[in-house]
Amino acid sequence: MTLPVDAAAPTERRLLQSIVEVARHAFGAAASSIFLVDPDAGDLVFEAVAGEGDGQLVGSRFPAGTGIAGWVAASGQSMLVDDLRESEHFSGTAAASTGYVPNSIMAAPLFSGDACIGVLEVLDRGADGVREMADVELLDLLADQAAIGLELLTRLRATAPDQRSDKALRLLAMAESLLENARG
Amino acid sequence: MSDPPWRRPAKAYTPGVPAWGAMTSTQTLEEFAAVPMAGVSPEWAWGGADGSGVRVCVVDSGVQADHPLVGGIDRSVTTVENDAGVVEIADCAPSDRAGHGTACAGVIRSLAPKCSLSSVQVLTDGKTGSGAALLAGLSWAIDEGFDVINLSLATTRTALSARLHALVDRAYFRRCALVVSAHNRPVPSYPWSFSSVISVASHDEDDPATYYYNPAPPVEFHARGVRVPVAWPGGGTIRSTGNSFAAPHISGLCALVLGKHPWLTPFQLKTVLFLCAGNVVGRFGGAHDTPR
Repeated sequence: MTLPVDAAAPTERRLLQSIVEVARHAFGAAASSIFLVDPDAGDLVFEAVAGEGDGQLVGSRFPAGTGIAGWVAASGQSMLVDDLRESEHFSGTAAASTGYVPNSIMAAPLFSGDACIGVLEVLDRGADGVREMADVELLDLLADQAAIGLELLTRLRATAPDQRSDKALRLLAMAESLLENARG
Repeated sequence: MSDPPWRRPAKAYTPGVPAWGAMTSTQTLEEFAAVPMAGVSPEWAWGGADGSGVRVCVVDSGVQADHPLVGGIDRSVTTVENDAGVVEIADCAPSDRAGHGTACAGVIRSLAPKCSLSSVQVLTDGKTGSGAALLAGLSWAIDEGFDVINLSLATTRTALSARLHALVDRAYFRRCALVVSAHNRPVPSYPWSFSSVISVASHDEDDPATYYYNPAPPVEFHARGVRVPVAWPGGGTIRSTGNSFAAPHISGLCALVLGKHPWLTPFQLKTVLFLCAGNVVGRFGGAHDTPR
């Protein structure tokens, strides 16, 4: 008996979605998103979005190192930028690829051990321009919590199917023997 | 012109001979210019300086050379992995994929308008970029003999720590002032936490010239790092927050100081920065007296 490989995927999906919902709410932001680093290609893959762009973005990719999320993933440092509309080049690229041009982006790395596995991003925070350092700190805290949740889930996914199938097989065997005994 | 003593290769070790001794009774050591620290003040340190003659290198995501706030760079290289899987240095177009290196270069230029700026792109590949490329890029910059290297990066990979430690110590002894931003959060990370670098985190005031000595290291200095107007690829500016933008303020300052006093060693330079910091008591009668 084998369980599907992605048995825990819906939970992972819900966890990621809950993280971006919390982040968006905490900052009164237009949108929040999570990218995970594709371990093979190094690409950043949009995994969850709350707010602007939530319908169409999940699954789309950016090459490693691109833009603010790329820098955050590569450097493991969080970053906050405002006045992005001032920079036509950046806005053009962002607009073309996501359909939403933010004025500010705040991004924090998600760590698993000492490796950066993704980026938590918040677009257009509501509280404008007063709490920069505190905002980055809060986003870092959220990112850490999110990363721990992801790590636990990944670990669970790696170990749980076997345990569950073992238990299921044992229960099945027990039921069969009970039935046999009952018949006998 | 031959290399100065601090850049000469180490002498070969001969078994049985003390490695670090000098027979001064029979051999005269080269003379050294001393720097009297008593008169050190911001005016002494950087008054009238513009960074002329100082070579600064930005190790980051690349630098867009034609950005008006960058004003040209002298050399632009990137890290590439060859067929054997070894990371090498190659000349590249002066461009920036992420914007971060351009932002750092612009801050340095704003403080030291006449310094020479170069760029090493190490953030090119999310898969292998931050490890091997960082080591290769930083190593190249140190060997090139830049006077100041700005590294607004930190790695959390403990596997890199020993090699980074050796590398930044080499920079220190070769009179390369390595200015490194502290990680934005309290996680074990490198190389900012090593004592041979000048480590910088943010304060939240708006003055680009104000900086403080941190009384509770490891991070040694606090410079402007909140809502900093920085150059951004495409030509405009954005406001950005993070220790990444505090470090180039100190890099720029180092370029100014070294432009006036090129003989300063990294530890003397750090002492000058310490003596001129906004919260150091003694010169102006009390802490937090505005020194300028």
